[in-house]
Parts: sequence; C-alpha cells; structure tokens
Amino acid sequence: MGLSTFKGGVHPYEGKELSADKPIQIMFPKGDLVYPLSQHIGAPAKPIVAKGDKVLVGQRIAEAGGFISAHVISSVSGTVKGIEPRLVANGSILQSIIVENDGEYKTVEGFGEKRDYTKLSKQEIRDIVKEAGIVGLGGAGFPTNVKLTPKDENAIDYVIVNAAECEPYLTSDYRVMMEQPEKLVGGLKVMLQLFDNAKGVIGIEENKPEAIKKLQELVKNEPRIEVCPLQTKYPQGGERFLIYAVTGGREINSTMLPADAGCVVDNVDTVVAIYNAVCESTPLIRKIITVTGDAVANPQNFEVRLGTNYKDVLEAAGGFKKEPEKMISGGPMMGQALFSLDIPVMKNSSALTCFTKDEVAANAETACIRCGRCIDVCPGHVVPQMMMAAAERHDLALFEKLNGMECCECGSCTFICPAHRPLTQAFKEMRKAVMAERRKKA
Amino acid sequence: MAKLLNVSSSPHVRSKVSTKNIMYDVAIAMVPALIWGVMQFGIRSLIVVAATVASCMLSEYAFEKYMKKPITITDGSALVTGMILGLNMPPSIPVWIPCLGGVFAIIIVKQLYGGLGQNWMNPALAARCFLLISFASSMTQFTDPATDAIASATPLAVMKSGGEVAWMDLFIGKIPGTIGEVSAVALLIGAAYLLYKKVISIRIPGTYILTFAIFAFIFGRQDVNYVLAQVFGGGLIFGAFFMATDYVTSPITPKGQIVFGICLGILTGLFRIFGGSAEGVSYAIIFCNILVPLIEKVTLPTAFGKGGKKNGSK
Repeated sequence: MGLSTFKGGVHPYEGKELSADKPIQIMFPKGDLVYPLSQHIGAPAKPIVAKGDKVLVGQRIAEAGGFISAHVISSVSGTVKGIEPRLVANGSILQSIIVENDGEYKTVEGFGEKRDYTKLSKQEIRDIVKEAGIVGLGGAGFPTNVKLTPKDENAIDYVIVNAAECEPYLTSDYRVMMEQPEKLVGGLKVMLQLFDNAKGVIGIEENKPEAIKKLQELVKNEPRIEVCPLQTKYPQGGERFLIYAVTGGREINSTMLPADAGCVVDNVDTVVAIYNAVCESTPLIRKIITVTGDAVANPQNFEVRLGTNYKDVLEAAGGFKKEPEKMISGGPMMGQALFSLDIPVMKNSSALTCFTKDEVAANAETACIRCGRCIDVCPGHVVPQMMMAAAERHDLALFEKLNGMECCECGSCTFICPAHRPLTQAFKEMRKAVMAERRKKA
Repeated sequence: MAKLLNVSSSPHVRSKVSTKNIMYDVAIAMVPALIWGVMQFGIRSLIVVAATVASCMLSEYAFEKYMKKPITITDGSALVTGMILGLNMPPSIPVWIPCLGGVFAIIIVKQLYGGLGQNWMNPALAARCFLLISFASSMTQFTDPATDAIASATPLAVMKSGGEVAWMDLFIGKIPGTIGEVSAVALLIGAAYLLYKKVISIRIPGTYILTFAIFAFIFGRQDVNYVLAQVFGGGLIFGAFFMATDYVTSPITPKGQIVFGICLGILTGLFRIFGGSAEGVSYAIIFCNILVPLIEKVTLPTAFGKGGKKNGSK
C-alpha cells in the first residue's frame, strides 16, 4: 500500500462497527456535575467560586493555576454544592467542584454569539482559546493555547489534525467528521491564521472512507488545507508517528515537542472546540463520548456535558445487556480500567468501553521465547524484550540505556506478545521510577 | 454486582498468537519432511522420530514434576525439540540413542539453564552434537534409499573427495542422509508455511543461505551445480529454516539476525570446505548461538527520533 505510515504497529480488532453508524445524540445530565480541578497536564486550576455561589453555563469556576494549566468552565447553570475530593477515571481522587444542576441551562452573556475569526488578531485568538479552557482532548490534556504559542511561529510549517482515531472501538471523532466536518475545517482555518507559513493537513486512517470523501470535498477550494489518508494501523494516531507519516519522515523523540519539527498537532475534537470557542463563543463544556463494547445494550455516540456522571452516560446507552467483566474509560489499547462508574466525564474522556470478557485475565503469562515480535511492532524502535529484563531487576540505569524513556506506552508489544507478558505495564512503572529518580537528583 | 470487575493496566486486548500455536505451527511445518523421510526410509524412521518426541516430552514432564515447577509439556516446545532431533537422526539408528539425546536436550541443555527461553544453545542441535561425538559410527551410518543398503558416503562426502553430485537429486531428496534433511523441497514447503504464517522472517535463513552460496562459489568450485548441491545438501535448508531461526538461540534484533545469518554462512562454509568433516551446519549454528548476546549488544536498533536523518526541524 502506498499510503503514508510509520514502521511497526499492530492491527487489533477494530470493533468500530458497533457504533460507527450511530449519529451523535445530545444527552443531558441528571445528578450533580463534578468538575475536577486537574483535567489537564500542568498545575491544577484554582477554584474561584465557593459553596452556595450561583453559576451559569459557560462561567469560569476555576482558573488556570500557572502557565501550563487551564481554566475549568461550568457546563450547566445551578449552585455550587461544595469543593471536595472525588474519584476520577484513572483511579486517583482529585479535588473537584460540585455543581447542582438547576436544569435551566442559563448561559453567561454573549454565549453562543457568532464571531468572524478573520477579524481577530493572533493574540485575540490565543486568548479566546485560553479563556475557553481548551486542552488537548485526545488524552494528554496539554493546554491548547500553550501549544498555539510556540517559540517561533514562523518555523511552523504544518498544522496537523489528528483524525486517525486508531484506538479500537472509538468512533467519536469519526462521527464528528461525518456530522460537523465544516466545524473541523473551520477550526483548522482558525489555527492556520496563527501560522502564516503553515499548511493544514488532516491525517486520517483509510478505514474511514466516507469521512475522507466528505472532508476532501470540503477542502477542495482551500489551497492551504489537504486531507492525508493514512494506513490503518495502531498507533497511527500517536503524535510522533502521525508527524512522521504526514511530513514524510520527520522524527521527534520523547524530549522534543512537535514544534521542534515545525508541527502543531491537535485532534479532531480539540480543533472543533477551537472553532466553537472562536467562531461561536462557546467554551469547552461538551465532549463526544462513545459508549461501546459487547456488554452495552445500545452502543452509540453521545454529546455529553463535562462533569456528567458516567453512570448516566451508560444509562443513556441502555445500560448493560450482559454483565461486564471489564469496564474501560477510553479504548482497549490505552484506556483506563475502571472499578466504579461513579466518575465524571472530563476533558480527556473519550469513551466508555465495556467487555463481557477480559482478555488479559484469560491469557496467563508464560515464559518469554525471545520471538522478537515486540521489537518488530514497537513504533518507538526500542527493545521491549530487553527493557523487560531490566524492569524485572528494577535496573533503572539499564532501562534508560536501552532507551526505555522513549517508550510511548502504546501497548503494541503487550498486544502482540505470544507469551502474554505485561510489558507495557512494567514499562509504565519503570518510566515513573526513572522520572522520580530524576526529580530527586534535580 | 455479583461478579468483581477486572482492573488492570492497558492494553486490555491481546492478539490471538500464543507460544503454543507458534510451536504447533513449527511442528506442522516439519510434517512434509517427516512424510518424505518415512516414504524414503520406511516406517522405522517414524518410530525413531516418535521415540525422540516421547523422550523429550517425558523428560520435560519428569523434570518439572521433580522440581515442583508448573508442567509445560503442552506448550509444544518439547514436541518441536523432539521432532528436530528425531529428523536429525539416521533412519537406521538404534532407538535408544535418540531417546538418550532427548533426555540430554531437555534436561541438560534446556531445563538446567532455566527452561523455555533460557537455554543459550539449541537443545536439539546440542543433543545431536553430543550423540555425534558419543556414538560416531551409529550416527553416521546412512541408508541409501535407492538400494536400501548402507551407503558408502553422503553426497557432501562425495563432493568433498572431488566427486560430482546432481543437485536435483538433493533437491528432491533421493539421497542418503538423516530422516528429515534429505528433501530440500519438502523442507521448503514447510519453510514457506512458516514464512506465510509469519512465524519466522526471511532474515536469518536468507542471509545464511546466500552467504554460504557465495562462500562455496569463491572457495569451493566455480560451478553452479556444485553450489546448488552444497546448498541443498547436508541439512543446510533444514538448519537455516528450522534450527537457526530458533527464537531462543538467535538474535532478537533485526540487524542482529542478519549478522547472525552471515556468520552462519561463513562458518558453515569454513567447516564444510576447509574442515575435516563434510558436514558443518550443526556446529556452525551451535557456535553462533554462543555469539548471540554479543551480536545483540552491537545491533540495538536506533530509537525513534534518536538519530533519524530528518531528525527535528529543518
């Protein structure tokens, strides 16, 4: 196949047919809304409301706690019930603002007003993005306004929309591209206004032919934008591998930023959020969530207000048809396993995937036979088999020497391992240990 | 909820490939060679292979039972070792010799070093070499399938003493030799299956055979028939596709596999053309097994973003 891609990668069962053809349903929250103060990389936001305060849709309730941080915006109108620790998807317990929904959805002034982005200055656009509390919605949660403010904006020659959606089972980005492609292209045009030397590229896996067709039609008369179909292969949507595929071979390592390769990369939902904020004065208060898996009664896609309880989202999809053995926030390759659904939808939530069978438990670990499949599939070109040997001895120095810190935790090695060894899991711990060690030294 | 949820770190899905089905694929791939062996040398060769397999699996079971380790005989690795060893035996060998070889392969070479994945020598080959040294005459008495009598010399020995052998006979397998090594075509069918199933890559066998062919052409005879006969004779095909590719005892890095194949080609050529014996594949592979950690050390891949040509911005 002549399509662009990277070296390595795997082909897990896609499972997208469960929800790919289900249009996005708007769902309204039922109970209280929970807004954790840390929904992004960087310093937690600082609450600027107190118990008993009235809030409106679109009102800022916590402000960025530093340069790398982001505001938190209320997605409903109602009363602040308190600020208390709450469980979130990754298992940690975070300080969160609890808002009681009055069900009226009264908005702040100017909410939803149309705006002509071409009349805005670059700084104005960046400020709007910051005000809207937008962070990378693909999972990392890096504050978008920071990403849009590289050291040298003239050195950026690619603005890349990550539309690969390589994670199995997820269809939220696909639905957005099918239903609101003009918003995606609009958001990209806003971004291109910030970078005079850049061209916009929408990188999308070729397993979404209809979306590709739709977008190609839409950008026909946009000289600065092109659609770049990519091979369907996990993890094609990994930022570094997407850059490699789209730019024809630019590589960045784990210590570099996309801007070091002249790129700004944002995923579909983030670009749409930029459009909503800049052109429609709507801050980040919604997320598209795929509810899927063989345990779910009616797998489908929802537009959900941030802070909504996962239980409500599941209920909207008809609940369970079979008892699940595993529930995941996100997809099966990189998602977080859940032990409770009493958690809020956050900026980086993308899906709720529930399986009746846990493939991890069903495949017991056996001895490594040194088959080398982990090396063949590793998109980071490291040596998982040897890194695992280092991890088993907790040898941090050897782990670093083997470029263990270049692991992107995509899980390809663990997926392919015929001995079913928990490679990625060990690497995550080792990487944390190495980082803790570095902090201690610093 | 009655049932507790499973919570584990991502990824939450696994591919369908497992150690077991890899091992069974390797076993299946040896079946054409086994069938050819039985057709050529009679039912006795099937008994030899069956006895070797049984000996390997029983040794594994007994050792693990005695050491109170989990019993792993169903993973197929002892079956594969047994088949390789059995196919490396002359058809007329007294059955107790390959059985002893099986015990040696599994207990001494594999289990004493820690079991599956830990041995640094190919168990079947180590056992073959052990038997070759210990029972030299039984191990080198080959039946000529044409006459059913003991053959005077293997094709390689004929070539070594300056004689000519038609390469087509070696390719098809109408020659004296061990049960499994005689028919290149039967072995290549199995090899194609392994390549198709992506159990092995062409890196090791390809570089091995190519390097050896070049070596034989330069230092042997500048004659196509000679080179082809060398390639298809003496277990080179069997060794290249089924023994040199053994995961445990070959380099894990892609570049290392190429280096490994080249080393094998050169050593096999040296042993066959300049050495005392006409054979060389088994010793070459075992010798290169020892080099594996060293080869891996110098052939680590460059991590993504660390040294690529287009590294970073323009």
